[in-house]
Amino acid sequence: MNNLFRNRWWSFGFRTTIMLYFILLIVLPIIGIYGQSFRSGWGPFWESVSDPLAWKAVLLTLKLAIIATIINIFLGTMIGWSLIRYRFPGRRLLNSLVDLPFALPTAVGGLMILLLLGPNSLVGSLAQGLGFDIVFHEPAIVVAMVFVTFPFVIRAVQPLLEELDKSEEEAAYTLGASKTRAFFQVIFPTMLPGISSGAMLAFSRALAEFGAVVLVAGNIPGKTLIASVYIFGEIESDNPQGAAAVSVMLLTLSFVILWAVNLVQSRRLGK
Amino acid sequence: MKKVWVSLTYLVFLILLIIPIIKIFTGAWAEGWDGFIEALSRPQALHALMMTGIIVVVVTALNTIFGVMLALYLVRANWIGGKLKQLLNSLVDLPYAVSPVIGGLMIVLILGPSTAIGALFEDIGFKIVYALPGMILATLFVTFPLMVREVMPVLQEIGAQQEEAASTLGAYSWYTFWHVTWPSIRWGVIYGVVLTVARSLGEFGAVLVVSGNIMNKTQTATTLVYQDVENFNVLAANSVALVLAAFSVGLLLLMEWAKKRKEVH
Repeated sequence: MNNLFRNRWWSFGFRTTIMLYFILLIVLPIIGIYGQSFRSGWGPFWESVSDPLAWKAVLLTLKLAIIATIINIFLGTMIGWSLIRYRFPGRRLLNSLVDLPFALPTAVGGLMILLLLGPNSLVGSLAQGLGFDIVFHEPAIVVAMVFVTFPFVIRAVQPLLEELDKSEEEAAYTLGASKTRAFFQVIFPTMLPGISSGAMLAFSRALAEFGAVVLVAGNIPGKTLIASVYIFGEIESDNPQGAAAVSVMLLTLSFVILWAVNLVQSRRLGK
Repeated sequence: MKKVWVSLTYLVFLILLIIPIIKIFTGAWAEGWDGFIEALSRPQALHALMMTGIIVVVVTALNTIFGVMLALYLVRANWIGGKLKQLLNSLVDLPYAVSPVIGGLMIVLILGPSTAIGALFEDIGFKIVYALPGMILATLFVTFPLMVREVMPVLQEIGAQQEEAASTLGAYSWYTFWHVTWPSIRWGVIYGVVLTVARSLGEFGAVLVVSGNIMNKTQTATTLVYQDVENFNVLAANSVALVLAAFSVGLLLLMEWAKKRKEVH
């Protein structure tokens, strides 16, 4: 009896600790940031958000993240397909390399892009000769976003392709479908949920990216200043109100995306 | 067709991943071994690497313990109602949706020196923001979902039967945990640890905001790279980046190994 009593207290203590940790670490800060930005009511929030530099930064982030996501959809689908469908020398090595952007610190990723495309590099000087700039301009930001979100689509598409029933595809061929037709009518629909959930994850990651971008973007307000760098600048210049307001915009957007990903996934599992 | 796709795949990997990695190596060796060593043996570089090391160890330990426990509760506990469990379950993913900079900002807003809690701690001589505790908190926030998300599916897959059998036989959950649960979730946990180490090693945005990036005090390896680049000291940045990249590649190999083991079990 004594033993049971003690066990109960122990497990109660454990539960409380874990749940407190969870709520204090994750939930409270997020409530805090919404609280901070609305603390003095709608007026100041609106003022911070309607600062042209603020919404220009958010719009720029959206635009570049969409471009990066589209690039990733194409690259990811192609690479996921090649890695699963074809056997070729070096396939396993490439397959392990896919995760490199997850393992590599983002600041290191940014530095690599800076070195490769910067004004002193081969590519950079070539581009400059042709009359357009890469580093410190929009293309470099897109490259950085593509780099950090590279694995998402591939990793979402691969398991679906592996599960794909070969007989369905063979049936299509037997019925006289061409390779292209079989791809678009049988294989592509199977890959689609993976592509869409991978793309959404990549998009929300691209919206949030900071480390790789801050090093390669020129961070010129209104031109190459993206939202997360804008927030950082506001914190540095001691304006937590403005930082919190833009954060709330970005956060709400990300939450909606995350929720959509969950919806897509649960619908797939429910099917 | 095959040839086209395979060569295109190789091309993308070459441009996006392989050449950049080689560039980091050649960049750090631009002035030979001496330049590399010199850049690394700067006092601020040594201090930054040490800070990163401390953060990685503390964060990985805490995140592993709390992550495994939370995963156990979210899958097994019957004292949480179904609806609440679903809510908690979706809350776990929140840090994925939060930009690291915002994660850092949240900690500054709640625990910064100008807030009530921050001031209270400062009075008793315990600095959180612009000091190590805040940096650890920020990294804990960012790495939070990694462990939970690795362990939960394994727990769901193995089911509760074996554990229930062990408990009916009168064993306390510690015993049950070590002898029944642990062997089956082991590789999931190890994979989670590798992911946590990689993420805490490379965390930049959140730590930069919380630490204030004070040289020889709160500077980590990644924020040192950032500062070196800003100071146009590319060689030094390269050398520190090379150390980080080497660790990441090592972790990547570990990941592959753990993944394979995980699939076997």
